[in-house]
Amino acid sequence: MTDDAVKPPAPFERGLTPCPDCAEREVLIYPRFERLWHWSQAGSIVILMFTGLGMNGVHGLISFELAVRLHTIVALALLLLWVFATFWLVTTGSWKVFLPRVLGLFAVARYYAYGVFKGEHHPYQKSLAQRLNPLQALAYSALKTVVFPLVWGTGLVYLTYNFWETLPNAPFLLEVVANIHLAVAYIVSGFVILHIYLLTIGHSFRDGVRPMITGTEKVALTPEQEAYLERHETWRLVD
Amino acid sequence: MGGYSLRAVALALGLGLVWAFGAAAQGQAPQLSQSTTDHSKLKELQKDFASGPEVTAACLSCHTEAATQVKHSIHWKWEFENPSTGQILGKSHVVNSFCGTVASNEARCTSCHTGYGWTDMSAPPPSEASAVDCLVCHDTSGQYTKLDSAAGHPPLEAKGKTITGADAWAVDLKKAAQSVGAPGRENCGSCHFYGGGGDNVKHGDLSSALFHPGLDVDVHMSAEGENFTCSTCHHSDRHIFAGSRYDVHAMDTEGTGKPGQIRQDVATCESCHGTAPHKALSVTGMKLNDHVDRIACQTCHIPSFARGGVATKTGWDWSTAGRMDADGKPAHEENYVQGDGKALHTYLATKGDFEWGENVVPHYAWFNGQVEYTLTDKVIDPTQVVEINRIEGSPDDGRSRIWPFKRMEGRQAYDAGLNHLAYANVWGPTTDTAYWTNFDWAKAIEAGMAAAGKEYSGQYGFVDTHMYWPITHMVAPASDAVDCRECHAPQGRMAGIAGVYLPGSNPTSPGALIGIAFFLAMASGVLLHTVLRIITRGGKGGKTHD
Repeated sequence: MTDDAVKPPAPFERGLTPCPDCAEREVLIYPRFERLWHWSQAGSIVILMFTGLGMNGVHGLISFELAVRLHTIVALALLLLWVFATFWLVTTGSWKVFLPRVLGLFAVARYYAYGVFKGEHHPYQKSLAQRLNPLQALAYSALKTVVFPLVWGTGLVYLTYNFWETLPNAPFLLEVVANIHLAVAYIVSGFVILHIYLLTIGHSFRDGVRPMITGTEKVALTPEQEAYLERHETWRLVD
Repeated sequence: MGGYSLRAVALALGLGLVWAFGAAAQGQAPQLSQSTTDHSKLKELQKDFASGPEVTAACLSCHTEAATQVKHSIHWKWEFENPSTGQILGKSHVVNSFCGTVASNEARCTSCHTGYGWTDMSAPPPSEASAVDCLVCHDTSGQYTKLDSAAGHPPLEAKGKTITGADAWAVDLKKAAQSVGAPGRENCGSCHFYGGGGDNVKHGDLSSALFHPGLDVDVHMSAEGENFTCSTCHHSDRHIFAGSRYDVHAMDTEGTGKPGQIRQDVATCESCHGTAPHKALSVTGMKLNDHVDRIACQTCHIPSFARGGVATKTGWDWSTAGRMDADGKPAHEENYVQGDGKALHTYLATKGDFEWGENVVPHYAWFNGQVEYTLTDKVIDPTQVVEINRIEGSPDDGRSRIWPFKRMEGRQAYDAGLNHLAYANVWGPTTDTAYWTNFDWAKAIEAGMAAAGKEYSGQYGFVDTHMYWPITHMVAPASDAVDCRECHAPQGRMAGIAGVYLPGSNPTSPGALIGIAFFLAMASGVLLHTVLRIITRGGKGGKTHD
């Protein structure tokens, strides 16, 4: 998003140390496409969960036929969105926010496991270039490289059964594919629960959701970043 | 504006006049016969016939090859050599779970033979060309019929019963002969709708309801639908018809054939509807088209059989036959009222106990079109249910699909010494062996076995049997097709069918359980965390990132 690529981010930018001379400013940090992506994905996942549970016989609130139709169309649409999102992440360089990092990971983990009960502050300070804490980055990278590919991979194999049904043991293989799809789908729904729950920590739930709606959030800006934004990207500064 | 509308009126008037003249001209045109022959004008048919064979002789004087053609058909021979198993099948050989076997009961059973005078099953049908019954298939006067126990001959006086169970009338053979045409559903139906001795007794999907079915009963045969006759699908070539129950096309990958060609060789759904009959450009249609290699069309499109108000016999226990009432007369009970209001026998001293069903959900099984019959020379295990005709097929043979069947549950006589299914002489009003006349199984079975020329130990018993009838008629409108959820559900219609993965049939599959375990672990972690936060009061009071 910015030209950080030129020099490596300072330690505080990686959330390791408090930034001594930084100013907390409300900055546009989730561009419109990322918000659209997030909410489309959220809506899609809700529909996929609901229709998937319906198809699997867990509830009968929707006809099987409609469930299959919605599940298929929404899944394909979401895949298309992921293609666009991947393009976006690569071309804008914002894929780097999802890189897992070890430094600071322990502090965040300790906070959730212990500090939060003591009323401590959240140890991570969001910066312009790094809006995710190390634990978040780890979770998202696992989600994006393992969990989601497993879901859509098995989903595509499942959907295209008729192209490979002539393989030996195809019905059994289909059952394996379907079971993996199902297991991972339940894990995704567990993630959704965690994701929503974590919004209640450190600030109110509303405050947690707001940035993904308005796109802006309070982050620490160095004087240089602040000056740059004041001079060239005033539209990103809200106050 | 005014001028414009005037012109429009004039134009409309003019068009109206042209149309009126056209219609009048059409009305004046002579009614053209579809056929090139008006049989009522043929001098060969201008006479009073004294018997069925006399009519046939007249037919053959022009249609010189017709009898020879008929004599090569299963309709005539009642014999079918299964090309795959080598079994000799057909009515003259097989045992069923209804009236059993033809041998020793000939004149009753051969009342529906497409010929006259076949009174001995141990010999082929009569050899004279005039023994072929042309009228039973080709009469269109609607008043030709056959007596129920005269080896195929028509009633020439109002005495006895016809093959449909109606009181007989004197058939006008001249009128029938002059009316001949292509077979209609009344022709086929007068025998095939009454198989097993009554309306819809045998097949379950072939009943008198198909004479005038509503659209909901049969989209193909309903006048509101396609108004097909039987032979619209059951094409014939040289008097041999496509679509035999003894050798079923369980899977047709050929489809509609070449452009412009109408396939005449099979009676499959695919021969008209193709191999991808559902809408190709919708998710649902594509998914349904994915089903056709494993699921027969009939499985979804015939949600139940014996529809339209006529029940089918689903159970027949011969072992209880013979009970007399208080007056010493053969007992009978009529405890089933079918949809059209008719009461049906549930017990007859002559036949035992019956069960009936309407709108019956079929039995489903993998089927490759082959059926292995338990013929009377096969040793059976009387402690098990004997499958009269075992359905062949498996998910792995590449030519089976899941088909719907009527499963007839029977209990019938067998040779308890040799463990063979038994022949029984049931019909014979003047004999001292026929069960229906004398109520004596020992005599009836002995006579049946003797008539069939089979070895008999002299001991008999009764054995439970299953007999399967592929369901393929009474196709419902698409909107009434079996709902996905009927199968894609725990304990759905396909419960017990192996070799196919059925999404939705097992919400607690291993994958689901693993996934649910993960989900529960995550969810309980969240719950625990919440509880701890509340206890420690650290949660809501938690500081922000600031």
